[in-house]
Amino acid sequence: MVVRRPFVAALVVAVTFALAACSAGMTAVGEGTVVGPGGAARTDVTIAVAAEPVNLDFTTTSGAAIPQLLMNNVYETLVKIDQDGAIVPLLAESWDVSGDRTQYTFHLRSGVTFSDGRPFTADDVVASFDRVRTDWLNAISAKMDVVASTTALDEHTVRVTLTRPSNAWLFDLGTSVGAIFPADLTGVDLRTEAIGTGPYRVLSVRQGDRIVLAGRPEYWGGPPAMTTITVRYLSDPTSAVNALRAGDVDMLFNSATGDQVRQLARLGGFQVVEGTSTGEVLLSFNNRVPPFDDVRVRRAFAYAIDRQAIMDTASGGYGTLVAAMVTPQDPYYEDLTGLFPYDPARARELLAQAGATDLDVTLTVPSLTYATTAAELIVSQLAQVGVRVRIATAEFPAVWLDQVFTRHDFQMSVIQHSEARDMLTVFSRDYYLGFDDSTIAPLAAAADAGTWQEYVDGMKQVARHIVEQAGGVVLYLAPTLTVADEALTGIKPNAVTESMDLTTLAWAP
Amino acid sequence: MRTRVAWLAGQLVLTLAVASVAVFWVLRVLPGDSAVVALGVNATPEALDQWRAAHGTDRPLIVQYLDWMGGLLHADFGTSFVTGRDLTALILDRVQVTLIIVGLGMLLALLVAIPLGTLAAVHHRSAWGTVIGGASQVGVAVPNFLVGVLLVSFVAVRARWLPAGGWVPPILDPAEFWRHAILPAVALGTVQAAIITRYVRSAVIEVMREDFLRTARASGHTRTTALVHHGLRNAGVPVVTVVGVQLAGMLVGAIVVERVFVVPGLGSLLVDAVNQRDLQAVQSIVMTLVVLVVAINFVVDLLYTVLDPRLRTGREVRA
Repeated sequence: MVVRRPFVAALVVAVTFALAACSAGMTAVGEGTVVGPGGAARTDVTIAVAAEPVNLDFTTTSGAAIPQLLMNNVYETLVKIDQDGAIVPLLAESWDVSGDRTQYTFHLRSGVTFSDGRPFTADDVVASFDRVRTDWLNAISAKMDVVASTTALDEHTVRVTLTRPSNAWLFDLGTSVGAIFPADLTGVDLRTEAIGTGPYRVLSVRQGDRIVLAGRPEYWGGPPAMTTITVRYLSDPTSAVNALRAGDVDMLFNSATGDQVRQLARLGGFQVVEGTSTGEVLLSFNNRVPPFDDVRVRRAFAYAIDRQAIMDTASGGYGTLVAAMVTPQDPYYEDLTGLFPYDPARARELLAQAGATDLDVTLTVPSLTYATTAAELIVSQLAQVGVRVRIATAEFPAVWLDQVFTRHDFQMSVIQHSEARDMLTVFSRDYYLGFDDSTIAPLAAAADAGTWQEYVDGMKQVARHIVEQAGGVVLYLAPTLTVADEALTGIKPNAVTESMDLTTLAWAP
Repeated sequence: MRTRVAWLAGQLVLTLAVASVAVFWVLRVLPGDSAVVALGVNATPEALDQWRAAHGTDRPLIVQYLDWMGGLLHADFGTSFVTGRDLTALILDRVQVTLIIVGLGMLLALLVAIPLGTLAAVHHRSAWGTVIGGASQVGVAVPNFLVGVLLVSFVAVRARWLPAGGWVPPILDPAEFWRHAILPAVALGTVQAAIITRYVRSAVIEVMREDFLRTARASGHTRTTALVHHGLRNAGVPVVTVVGVQLAGMLVGAIVVERVFVVPGLGSLLVDAVNQRDLQAVQSIVMTLVVLVVAINFVVDLLYTVLDPRLRTGREVRA
């Protein structure tokens, strides 16, 4: 009899609990189906993105996820890179360049405020540019090394003096290194707070789950169309596709695989927007060690790789075939894919010339889906020219960075290089590929300091030389794949910098 | 009774101490450098040194260990290497989520398993018993994630009854909380229900053979009332054992289910922290899991004493 009462009581509590659970679920489902996706009155949108920012501070933390969310949407820059790669005004309405191309005078927009209410002035620009040199830990801060000084001429005019003319610098100013922060950051922890001049501010961060942005009605360009943008971080592509199909999210930004996007397109009911990105997937060689210290072997490998087949499999056929680490949006782009067409016979010939007819090579693959898929094909394609390839998987990021990137303990690897205009970084002697840059370094320096035409011509020469030397084989340029509710408008197809530009997103009326 | 509690508490402290040493040192042996992961591929050696100094990873390991232990004694996990957030608050937040789905899963499992297992035992020679026994056999063999994937694809994607994943804290919006919590709890609970059904069944069958039950029937109880009044409590010891063991297992199973349903619990926090080589976070999360498992075992041990008077003397414990 002692057992009975607590037992019955527990049962009653449990059953009530369970019933409450059911009824709570039911009502919510009923309500949920009333508001269909694309309803006219909506001013909120939910987007699924794969990589979550570890914090909000790209000045001390690397990784593409932070600037992807914050640039353009929360933080703005003096100039913006538009969808075609052109440099257009943003916080600077216009700028003058001195005759020797070392002085840039920016005329700033007035009536701009930060999300904490402070007005935007020339002092904020000076402080932001100075901070890059003093407080930034992120290596991209090197892009501002060319700046000698930044001075405020008046409240809305800033003069930047460069140590030498630089064509690349003005482009970089449109990326995260040019982000404008309030001059006074006392008491602000950038890892948890983001104070920018953009159309959205960070409303809340639920780590491991989502970041919510709120529209700023007082934005200088007029109130944005969305009152809230919820970015959900779904690292598993299948979860992202399920969330879209279940109606939990309205848009997938690069969060599904190419194959899945094909299936979604076939399914109908969604718009698929394909654009370019800045991410070249590279089969990298360790140019320091045999057999890749021999240019004939590298060229043989370049002939042996069927890039179209790899892009079809690893990226569902989405993407662009490019030969150099230059995207169609870059001013010095030219189609170089004809330099190394798929030609296994030519590959075998070159290997014979190099005396490398019995090759065993290890391919160190980061634990990323596209890389492991591409690796399988690379193994079978190289087998056709008589090269035996062993695959070694390295956990990404930690182990891959340590082993391949830092200690250069590898022969070949496959990885996407996401940074915009990173050809010169990747093919510099100290980088993990160990590419001999003695020919291109002076060419690149002259191009950067020259006129615009000299820049374009010089960089074309650099790109062609790198492809000819086959320091690595660019497999394809990864696509930017957006899958969204059909009523969503203002989707920017191309990712021209690290930013996921959501500023024009709106629901069709 | 008192010596038994003291003995168990002593065991608990020793286990935690050994675990903390193991967790700390094993993590230091893993390849990968937190500073490189945080600052990325182009970081200069000066920037890396500056980061290591700021996060204290340049100090001798023994100093780092003692520093961490000092914090643990005050229930202070320190700050995350990567996010800069207070780990104590973060882990407390995430552990609630995991405990909620584990708790709901276990509750569902017990609600199904106790009646079903008893039914299967009472009718263990008839068709009913065979059906339940067979079904539970199948249930035991199904992995959590498969149940999860099936639930997502049928309940969320096809029928659109419930969200495919995500999480809403109960205080934020109770209705939305339930919509998000049901599927993970069912995914976790289904397999447990099958396992526990089998244990309840065999425990009840065992009890039905005991002399005291025959005596109870002889004194006028029907089979059902005899079982409810005298049998279930005695069947409790093996069932509590298996619930304890399974609860500990579910904390680990939750990692997979959290992945499938994108639930921001302790498991997903752990996976992210390992990927980012956020050692301070990893060791603190693992210690939290160790504490939970040890605490569950402690409670189970205490429950034995409550359920079975024979365990209440010190002599029995040492035996």
